[in-house]
Amino acid sequence: MSEQVSLEKVIEDVAVELLRISATNLPTDVFNAMKDIKSRAKTDSSLLQITNIIDDATLARDESKPMCQDTGIVSFVLKIGDDFPLKSKLKDILIAATRRATKEIPLRPNTVDLFLGNPGDNVGYRGHIPYFYIDIIPGDKLKITAMTKGGGSSNIAKLGMLKPGLGLDGALKFAIDAVAEAGPAGCPPYRVGIGIGGGEDMCMNFAKKALLRPIGKRHEDPKVAILEEAVMEACNILPIGPMGVGDGDTVIDVNINLAARHPASLPVGIVMSCWALRHGSAIISRDGTFEYKDYLE
Amino acid sequence: MAIYKFTLPLTDEQVKSLKVGDNIYVTGKIVTARDDAHKHALAMYNKGETLPVDFKTLGIYHAGPIMAKNENDEWYMVAGGPTTSNRMEIFQDTFIEAFGSNLIIGKGGMGARTTAAMHKFGAVYGMFTGGAALLAANQVKEVVEVHWFDILGMPECLWVLQVEEFGPLMIGIDAHGNNFFTENEKITMAKKPEAYKIVEQALEAVK
Repeated sequence: MSEQVSLEKVIEDVAVELLRISATNLPTDVFNAMKDIKSRAKTDSSLLQITNIIDDATLARDESKPMCQDTGIVSFVLKIGDDFPLKSKLKDILIAATRRATKEIPLRPNTVDLFLGNPGDNVGYRGHIPYFYIDIIPGDKLKITAMTKGGGSSNIAKLGMLKPGLGLDGALKFAIDAVAEAGPAGCPPYRVGIGIGGGEDMCMNFAKKALLRPIGKRHEDPKVAILEEAVMEACNILPIGPMGVGDGDTVIDVNINLAARHPASLPVGIVMSCWALRHGSAIISRDGTFEYKDYLE
Repeated sequence: MAIYKFTLPLTDEQVKSLKVGDNIYVTGKIVTARDDAHKHALAMYNKGETLPVDFKTLGIYHAGPIMAKNENDEWYMVAGGPTTSNRMEIFQDTFIEAFGSNLIIGKGGMGARTTAAMHKFGAVYGMFTGGAALLAANQVKEVVEVHWFDILGMPECLWVLQVEEFGPLMIGIDAHGNNFFTENEKITMAKKPEAYKIVEQALEAVK
């Protein structure tokens, strides 16, 4: 019993820390991508904007404060080992961690209820938030990723239920359209996740999870990898640039996740992250030892 | 394109001198106002009620900050970058007309209604780096007043802030009817066929 209680405490503490890492520490590869973009900026406006972004991310890391005031609707990706001792209880622990993180970091209270207003705790009155993406895996470990994705870049997400006859060509052009239409609205440079196949909800899910790949990590299928690079190149000739000032890189990276589709459907989900692409991961063992990771796998 | 440093409120001459693409830094008082604050302010104005602040003298900042109290029970800004301005497009023209504000600060640009009002009444839109919440907080020197906290909550209420060299703000809409963002959107859309071509070639290569 006492061992279990202490494991619960470890998970809660680690989850609070992951939310802190996510909100305050821009992943190193994203930070380096910003520096590369700065080196390519041609106009004053572009240089001023990307410099502000880098300075802000540096301040956040040094002062352990949220780099953006919008710390999003909190979500957790959970991969639960067959032999990890806690399962359904994880939700309660992570809800408690979210409440604590909201006060301690602090996170902005974002869970607005349409009837009851904002309870101020990032949990809300009706369940569902924080949101959990749950998978079960072999082994005895728990793998957690915390995400604090801002609302501005969620507002530019797109779902397309395309005619199958349009094929991959249509799907990838839909992604280019989404980036072009987003323009400055979601705080570029963007990370673009493209989910193709599955169904209307699945493709959005695949697209969101594509944002969790390390920058530059291509799809395992070399054909898809070529398409990821092509969409990135295509988006980067659009004159949007950092914060939409019209010059410089528009996207940081593009990642595609593919699934089988129904013969009558071609679902395409586009999920974008703002420059502040925020997440934090950890692997927790059943004995309570843990390790923080930039990326899982 | 030029870079200027101004003290708030901006004079009519300063407003007129600015062109889209210029960058400015401002020192003086600004007030946060987003969706609910715009709605509430206009509702009070329409009922003839007295507003708690004079929006004419303040830069209007589209932002919903994280605020906290220090050990002396005084408010300070933890993080406070701009929010997406386009949500205020439905209010901004009547807001400018009603209150005479001449500097709107936000991110992402605004549309035709705001552009027309800025042209007619003499105002500019300055874009602060989206997400740069700590830079913004560092440029806030004092929380002067807070209004409507009890009714609108932390992100939506009016925070009157003394700021120093707040910026850079890229002028996205000037007082001469120019809108950088809507013009750039046209250029972006015109570029799409060329972007499509890159994807078509890649698809050909992986066939």
